[in-house]
Amino acid sequence: MQKLKKYAASKAGRDTLLSFGIVIIAFVVMQAMLATGSVSSLVQSLLVPICAYIILAVSLNLTVGILGELSLGHAGFMSVGAFSGVVAATTLADAVPFEPLRLALAIIVGGICAAIAGVIVGVPVLRLKGDYLAIVTLAFGEIIKNIINVLYVGLDGAGLHFSLLEQRFELEEGGKMIINGAMGVSGVSRLSSFTSGFVLVLITLFIILNLINSRAGRAIMSVRDNKIAAASIGISTTRYKLMAFVISAAFAGMAGTLYGMNYTTITAAKFDFNTSILILVFVVLGGLGNIWGSIIAATLLTVLPEMLREVGNYRMLIYAILLIAMMLFNNSSLKQRILEKRGMKQMEKLENAGQSGKEGA
Amino acid sequence: MKKSLSMLLAGAMLVGTLAGCGGGSNAATTDNSGTEENTASGTVFKIGGTSPLTGDAAIYGNAVKNGAELAVQEINAEGGDIQFEVHFEDDQGQPDLAANAYAALKDWGMQLSLGAVTSKPGEAIAPLHQEDHIFALTPSASSEANVEGNDVVFQMCFTDPNQGLASADYIANQQLGTKIGIIYQSDEVYSVGIRDTFVEEAEAKGLDIVVEQTFTADNRNDFSVQLNACRDAGADLLFLPIYYTPASLILTQANQMGYAPKIFGVDGMDGILTVENFDTTLAEGVMLLTPFNADATDEATANFVTKYEEAYGETPNQFAADAYDCIYAYKLALETAGCTPDMSASELCDAMLETFPTITFEGLTGDGQGITWDDNGMVSKSPKGMVIENGAYVGM
Repeated sequence: MQKLKKYAASKAGRDTLLSFGIVIIAFVVMQAMLATGSVSSLVQSLLVPICAYIILAVSLNLTVGILGELSLGHAGFMSVGAFSGVVAATTLADAVPFEPLRLALAIIVGGICAAIAGVIVGVPVLRLKGDYLAIVTLAFGEIIKNIINVLYVGLDGAGLHFSLLEQRFELEEGGKMIINGAMGVSGVSRLSSFTSGFVLVLITLFIILNLINSRAGRAIMSVRDNKIAAASIGISTTRYKLMAFVISAAFAGMAGTLYGMNYTTITAAKFDFNTSILILVFVVLGGLGNIWGSIIAATLLTVLPEMLREVGNYRMLIYAILLIAMMLFNNSSLKQRILEKRGMKQMEKLENAGQSGKEGA
Repeated sequence: MKKSLSMLLAGAMLVGTLAGCGGGSNAATTDNSGTEENTASGTVFKIGGTSPLTGDAAIYGNAVKNGAELAVQEINAEGGDIQFEVHFEDDQGQPDLAANAYAALKDWGMQLSLGAVTSKPGEAIAPLHQEDHIFALTPSASSEANVEGNDVVFQMCFTDPNQGLASADYIANQQLGTKIGIIYQSDEVYSVGIRDTFVEEAEAKGLDIVVEQTFTADNRNDFSVQLNACRDAGADLLFLPIYYTPASLILTQANQMGYAPKIFGVDGMDGILTVENFDTTLAEGVMLLTPFNADATDEATANFVTKYEEAYGETPNQFAADAYDCIYAYKLALETAGCTPDMSASELCDAMLETFPTITFEGLTGDGQGITWDDNGMVSKSPKGMVIENGAYVGM
């Protein structure tokens, strides 16, 4: 108990407990409400997207908050994951009839493909920093979108067929187009569920929080804080940068699969610059490097526009105004003061805990 | 203590957002059924639809909304047995948002659906209609995937392949052009669907397609590259299976570069005469397929156009006309089946599935002939050729 208290008093421990606490409590309450049937269809339809956006925000926070590099191409990794996941799930439809397992396999494939894309982009791109990196990742996101726009993937008895630019293969009788160029994917079975989304959020939190609080995580943060100092004590900056970037991409891919498998049809146009910015907004609103903040921001900003449906035509206007208000508050001296006050208390607590710990010993 | 409190608060906030909305909408629904003016489950049929009220396709979404609302106003004013309430939710033309909009409509208590306005969102929510057993009659989601495999979804517009086929046949029969160029939008189901069948039929009919150019939603502000390619290939007829906004730009730019091919469009071209800041003389001689002609002189169309212009200050296009027809088709079907508003969505769905293939509906978009549906939900209408002469559509 003493140990747990001490853990909870440390910053890392508090963040971890808070992150898991929020997610688990929200899940339990939602399940209870679903069981009693007191949840509207609209909220039910938002559950999986919320899970996907939480994972995206948390994973982008790894790049932006922990590694300290601005990435504007997160939706690109998301779409790699979404489309490769859908192809995997469709291909495995006969081999793996058990749906949750098929979804899990699809998510893994989506994650791996996005990680590969992360390496391909990361190796040349991470030599840049700041604005340059941001612009290159932005361009990368557009490239991915345009490639998927001209990608044709079909499945028949002979296996998978791929072609670029135009459909250069003929499918056998009973064959099926999985990705049909710019028209995207249509007619896939929806495998994602709230529970699968919840499990994936937990896995993401577990891995990313552990990474942040590990030796590697501290190394990544040292690269963020002072690259030269980090290099001077023997930290391979390239390696740790790439590590954070690729892990971030992999989780974006998994979230993409989860998101894609929630709909019967998806197009590459969905994963455009706007989506990348939306995820970045989650991270900035939640606080750079603040994981539980990302969780709350992602949930809030996904739910908000749908909740505003009641005001009709002014919906997007009000959404934008609320967003501006939230950002202003987030950056205001008011919040600063509240935080400082809390920070002081925290320090006292920490000291007290330390003393009582000593006394106990 | 403080910490656990703050943790609790944060958790509560998250849950609160979710729960609050859940409870909120539910409460709203129960309230609705209780109040006087909105004794929904009892006296009026609640018709819902998802539509791009904002975003790129907003012109089409709002046209459908206006058309449907106009029809509902007329029917309710007559005060017959069948009264409607119509409600649209914004999907911004995106499939995933359409799924949310559909869920919001279910919360509202939708009994009959107008599906989606555009094709891709329609494809996203058609399986949801199927799952929930809610009948849908979509005014304008024309891709085949909307009705294929989804028994409960019917269409008021003709399907994309149908238009491609008719266009190719028409061009071949009338020998309108020898060298055909196509400019289409490669990330729009509607455009690609028409182009595919057009190319197939054109080959069968021995038409010579000399050049194909594409554009996407991201780069539809400049067509000089595509037009130059068409000119270099010597195309004397341009087939444009696209919506009218990009089409108006193509016409303007072609005129600027002194390139004057014949232009052949499909139903998305309908509305080109109402584009703001567009020199409509450039559209002279443009041929298009449309089920609706705002200049038609029959009483029903004239009445619809006048009322629409009064209410919304613009000339209705085929989207508005299709939506208007949808509501009246529902009225006819409900009367025929003898449905009452207190029936559940699922009961109504069964009744509609039985009735729709049997009725013949006289609508604005039927060209004087009755409109019928087959069991799959496809409509019998055939595209009609029009040509723009002196700023008005004239039947070809």
